[in-house]
Amino acid sequence: MIAELGHYALALALCVAVVQSTLPMIGAARNDSVLMGLAPPAATAQFLAIVVAFGALTYGYVTSDFSIINVAQNSHSLKPMLYKVSGVWGNHEGSMILWVLILSLFGFAVAAFGNNLPPSLRARVLSVQGLIGVGFLGFILLTSNPFERLDPAPLDGNDLNPLLQDPGLAFHPPMLYLGYVGFSMAFSFAVAALIEGRVDPAWARWVRPWTLAAWTALTGGITLGSWWAYYELGWGGWWYWDPVENASFMPWLAGTALLHSAIVVEKRDALKSWTILLAIITFGLSLMGTFLVRSGVLTSVHAFAVDPERGLYILGLMSVAIGGALILYAIRAPSMKLGGMFQPVSREGGLVMNNLLLSVATATVFIGTLYPLFLDATTGQKVSVGPPFFNATFVPVMMPVVLLMAVGPFLAWKRGDLPGAMARLWTAALFSAAVAAFVWTQHTGAAFGPIIGFAFAGWLAGGAITEWAARIALFRQPLGVSLSRAAGLPRSAHGMTLAHLGLAIFICGAVADSYWREEVVVNAKPGETVSIAGYDLTLESIKHTQGPNYQTETARLRVMRDGAEVTILSPERRFYPVQQMPTTEAAIHSTFLADLYAAIGDGGAKAGWTVRVWHNPLVPWIWAGCMIMAIGGLVSLSDRRLRIGAPKRGQSPGSSKASGSEPAAQPAGAD
Amino acid sequence: MTPKRRRLSIVVIGLVMLGTAAALVLTAFEDNLVFFFSPTDLQAKTVTPEQRIRIGGLVEEGSLERSTDGLVANFRVTDLQNVIPVTFRGILPDLFREGQGIVAEGRLVKGSFIASEVLAKHDENYMPKEVADALKKSGKWKGAAQP
Repeated sequence: MIAELGHYALALALCVAVVQSTLPMIGAARNDSVLMGLAPPAATAQFLAIVVAFGALTYGYVTSDFSIINVAQNSHSLKPMLYKVSGVWGNHEGSMILWVLILSLFGFAVAAFGNNLPPSLRARVLSVQGLIGVGFLGFILLTSNPFERLDPAPLDGNDLNPLLQDPGLAFHPPMLYLGYVGFSMAFSFAVAALIEGRVDPAWARWVRPWTLAAWTALTGGITLGSWWAYYELGWGGWWYWDPVENASFMPWLAGTALLHSAIVVEKRDALKSWTILLAIITFGLSLMGTFLVRSGVLTSVHAFAVDPERGLYILGLMSVAIGGALILYAIRAPSMKLGGMFQPVSREGGLVMNNLLLSVATATVFIGTLYPLFLDATTGQKVSVGPPFFNATFVPVMMPVVLLMAVGPFLAWKRGDLPGAMARLWTAALFSAAVAAFVWTQHTGAAFGPIIGFAFAGWLAGGAITEWAARIALFRQPLGVSLSRAAGLPRSAHGMTLAHLGLAIFICGAVADSYWREEVVVNAKPGETVSIAGYDLTLESIKHTQGPNYQTETARLRVMRDGAEVTILSPERRFYPVQQMPTTEAAIHSTFLADLYAAIGDGGAKAGWTVRVWHNPLVPWIWAGCMIMAIGGLVSLSDRRLRIGAPKRGQSPGSSKASGSEPAAQPAGAD
Repeated sequence: MTPKRRRLSIVVIGLVMLGTAAALVLTAFEDNLVFFFSPTDLQAKTVTPEQRIRIGGLVEEGSLERSTDGLVANFRVTDLQNVIPVTFRGILPDLFREGQGIVAEGRLVKGSFIASEVLAKHDENYMPKEVADALKKSGKWKGAAQP
């Protein structure tokens, strides 16, 4: 009964979404406030209906109602409660419900907090948002009904893929979807603005917080996914340039560009049509990610039950959404007024370079990801594109981005002073050189690559800190003055510093791990010792135990360094009888500077066990760096000026006075 | 600088970047594209030992042998028409089993494949797409039984 209620709620949500996507749009065209006024209650009703549907499916999972096919296929009565709940989105149908839930949550947020939006813009934004909802709700109801019944109901379920029974992965999809779907807000605002024919700084001030929130969530989601792959798959690596990873990384790159170009629209009223285009592309890449993962053109842990019908539907949806938006863009964009002027060397110029480079970087990832599919479709030739390709294309494109990231914040709006900025960056240059020298002394005769990588990271970190220190006049004024200046600085400025610093830390981790990772594979019997990077690991015993829904073999590895015990590592090899599937649970000893990572493979008392140990330098910095980036996003999001509801439209669009609170002449100006 | 010239210069810079990126992509493709072959393809085509390739098929039943130290695995990969011997040093993936579809990356040396990486998917029903296509090509595809 509950399941039928959920199904009915979904159908209801679709009907509401149809209303939401049509009537307010007509109302906005006719300036009919009654029709426009329908949008917010419709968005709220759609959200509530989907909450009911989501709740119904969750109820099915929590109570292990195996008469629902979806529950029977993906759950098991013995599964821990956390994974019963996360199992809701651990499969295709359920994750689509989560997708539309988040989509309608964003629509609801516009309805609830968008009171100060011009009524026509709000109606149009909600209409477009409703239209996306129609597409995806239709998709669920037509091709992926999660509430389908099974008769007779089995006694127990098939269990969730054991690899997905993991706390890191329980939260990876919701975060990722907040990001993917969050970009739908930028898309809806962009399309609404194209229909309105009006983009001004106030528009950007509405788009920016949504984009920032989506970007922050996506950063967190990708990091969680990568962290999961690192400790769960037992391969010792954290990023494989796998098409599925790329599918989430491309919207992130484009979203990063969008985040920066929206600043230019807000502060300087320039780059308007480019920002609109970027918003469309970013959401387009999010949709493409969905298509790649769900159509079965890729094979991965994410590729749920493959069904060509679904792939075709999403492909159609994507073509309509992106094609329609681009056609609208082609018609409307040329009539958009050119905005504020600026010199090539200026804050705007720096952000334009950032955008161009990030777009090119996105393009290289796009080509590397799609070329094998393209070649297979046209010639039938099967190829794969691996990490060497991306190292040879993506990395060189990102290097100038990192170089410019330190310089850009020092340039003033409109007209920047490059020699002046460079003069202020001497500390960063010094820091960069010091870091490079330090790396060179630590790894005498280190290859050219890591030294360059660390020099770039040092340059970026030095630049970010110098800029922040300059703004609060650190060491040039008494500490108290600096502190009160820091407190007075807009939160978005702190956010930017944190995000850039986070990237620098991430680069250190990525460079160190890719150049200095060590690996040993041995066959060991209890009592034998493996040595790696100064550590001695002794296999003491292997124990068999029974978990809630699996059996496990746990190795006990005593880790010694210079004769002193460091820790005990207990890697496991689990076997999940319901799914007949073994998994590897790696054991990681993490210090500030490196991870000692151990996994065990097949074995027996007679032959011994395969023990694989990695020493991964600075990997903790990768997670720390990504987390700092996400925290930077959150800090920036808490900025008073970005808070939803704060901005008021009404300043004359296009006047540079509109952003007068940001002194254009002050070199260390705004964020 | 007039808005028109500004826009033009941005477009020019953008094009230069795209050109550079295209050059990077093309050179990277030349060196880093890894082609896929089925055991039958390998009978027909000549592959030099320098070339990194991928092969795929089913692990032949009863073909898996481990060295005494347990680290080196020897097995045969088949598309049910032709067979190729594979040697791999390291931990085989969790889902590696006889009769299962796999993809291996490595080099072909004197008719035997030295794998540096063996991939099996995280799903018991999994059949790598390349392997499924290779089986279809050799006419041994059993359809829905091996989705």
